[in-house]
Amino acid sequence: MAIKKRLFRGRRKHSSLDSSLVKGPIRRWFPLFVGPTLLAFILGFVWPFIQGMMLSFTKFRTTSDAKFLGFAHLFDNYIKAFSDPSFLHAFWYTALFTVVSVLFINVLAFAVAYVLTQNIKGNNLFRTVFFMPNLIGGIVLGYIWSMIFDGILMSLNTSIMLETRYGFWGLIILMCWQQIGYMMIIYIAGLQAVPEDMLEAAKIDGASKWQTLRKVTIPNVMPSITICFFLTLSNGFKLFDQNLALTAGQPFVFKEDGSVVKTTEMLALNIYNTFYGQNADARGTAQAKAVLFFLLVAALGLIQLHNTRKREVQQ
Amino acid sequence: MAKQKTLKAEKRHKIILTVVFALIALLWVYPVVLVVINSFKLNTYVKTDTFALPFGKLSAGIQNFVKGVTFGNYPFFKSAFYSVIITVTSSALILICTAMTGWYIARVDSKFCRIMYLLCVFSMVVPFQMVMFTLSKTADVLRLNTPWTIPVIYLGFGAGLAIFMFVGFVKSIPREIEEAAAIDGCGPVRTFFSVVLPILKPTLISVGILEIMWIWNDYLLPYLVLDRTKYMTIPIHIQYLKGSYGTVDLGATMALILMSIIPVIVFYLTCQKHIIKGVAAGAVKG
Repeated sequence: MAIKKRLFRGRRKHSSLDSSLVKGPIRRWFPLFVGPTLLAFILGFVWPFIQGMMLSFTKFRTTSDAKFLGFAHLFDNYIKAFSDPSFLHAFWYTALFTVVSVLFINVLAFAVAYVLTQNIKGNNLFRTVFFMPNLIGGIVLGYIWSMIFDGILMSLNTSIMLETRYGFWGLIILMCWQQIGYMMIIYIAGLQAVPEDMLEAAKIDGASKWQTLRKVTIPNVMPSITICFFLTLSNGFKLFDQNLALTAGQPFVFKEDGSVVKTTEMLALNIYNTFYGQNADARGTAQAKAVLFFLLVAALGLIQLHNTRKREVQQ
Repeated sequence: MAKQKTLKAEKRHKIILTVVFALIALLWVYPVVLVVINSFKLNTYVKTDTFALPFGKLSAGIQNFVKGVTFGNYPFFKSAFYSVIITVTSSALILICTAMTGWYIARVDSKFCRIMYLLCVFSMVVPFQMVMFTLSKTADVLRLNTPWTIPVIYLGFGAGLAIFMFVGFVKSIPREIEEAAAIDGCGPVRTFFSVVLPILKPTLISVGILEIMWIWNDYLLPYLVLDRTKYMTIPIHIQYLKGSYGTVDLGATMALILMSIIPVIVFYLTCQKHIIKGVAAGAVKG
């Protein structure tokens, strides 16, 4: 009886090993392990985020002089944001830019990845080269390409700053140059995971290359396509540095009512210009725009996270 | 016979593809080549003869580099110095702090941990514009506006992705290793530093590379947070030169751009494998 009891106690002790040996003692070290990160996270994210949310319902020039708009005028800043022609223009311009850039980048990146997984000579070198622009910062990229475009357009006696369509296509070319390499890496990983025996079976069945690509390869790399699609989508919407450095919104159109529409200005830059422009009273509107922008980008980001997680579960 | 023929055709096909891709690759590096060419060209010719080689009357020698370094009223090397300081200290701080927090969250798994983890995931999808105004004011009030204190801001804003990646990896490590260490009389701190940290090495490299690339190229955060009269980083410096001068010396700007991308390219060529792997691992952030 006594032996049995001791044995039992021993076993119980063993089964709670993980919590008593690892979990318990760690908890005592909370201040060291979590403290610094938590403090910085609150200062650098949580508090600014909450404060930003609250400020979008106030009138302010700086964070300390905010005045609540009152419940009757609760959404005044949001109404102002929606009635600002430059904001609406920026939204449609960004949306158009994003759609076009998503298409170009993904189609080209997939094509490059497809060829590079066909065992051609020098494909490692090509990978290295295509990925390289991804490491150069947005501001520097913008100035490199503004030099190139102006070098070309100079012979036509114009400049990238003078016509909206030059600014638009210029930015598309820039983004393709920067992002094709990145998306290519993701597509290559996806293509290499396509089961060899499936491809072989298709070959034996007499499928043409095009049929194999459409019916076997593409369905198998669908997860990579989803990732790249959402990545390019949110990159397009969030674009700031490249936009600022390449055209900074030029050319400007001056409307009759005195407002200015910066024709190549995208959402992020529009928000920035509203915050730090001439009119400090517009900061409430700017914060409201930022909240709207956040809702849009976060929705895209959460769908993407959901997708990647689902994929992880399946694996 | 027919099979041999198709094999031959396929081989020829591949050679053609290699040639085509070699041409595209040349086109791909051409913008960087243009930066090199134009950094040795006299300012007046950068715009008119962008694609010409810098010889003869176009040549500026190393004049652009000398001018670029002393351009404006802020020496370029000071910006480069601050860029290095901020990138190195911030990345190091993020790595060490979030690795510890990631391990804690994955192992303790309490309600608090789960909330913090969710907040981290949430912070990954929040665009910087949402918090930029309030964050820069907070940083001002707390004197986090110097290169020596800005790492705290980077830790706060960059914690999300890093913790997300560390928690994901720690969950895949068997607990038994840590339990063995605990039975051998290892406290949590020692267990972490001498047992867990070495296992985390691949994730440390991936996260480190992501953070280094982000912080080195970041423009808006340091521009808004730092006290601009005293401190600049390389992206701020380049934007400042282009933005605030009526007539910009393009040759000198190209010289500065060249100097700022050489370290990046060297870094890339030396740890290319890790970089590509790290960047692909961070694809979830977007």
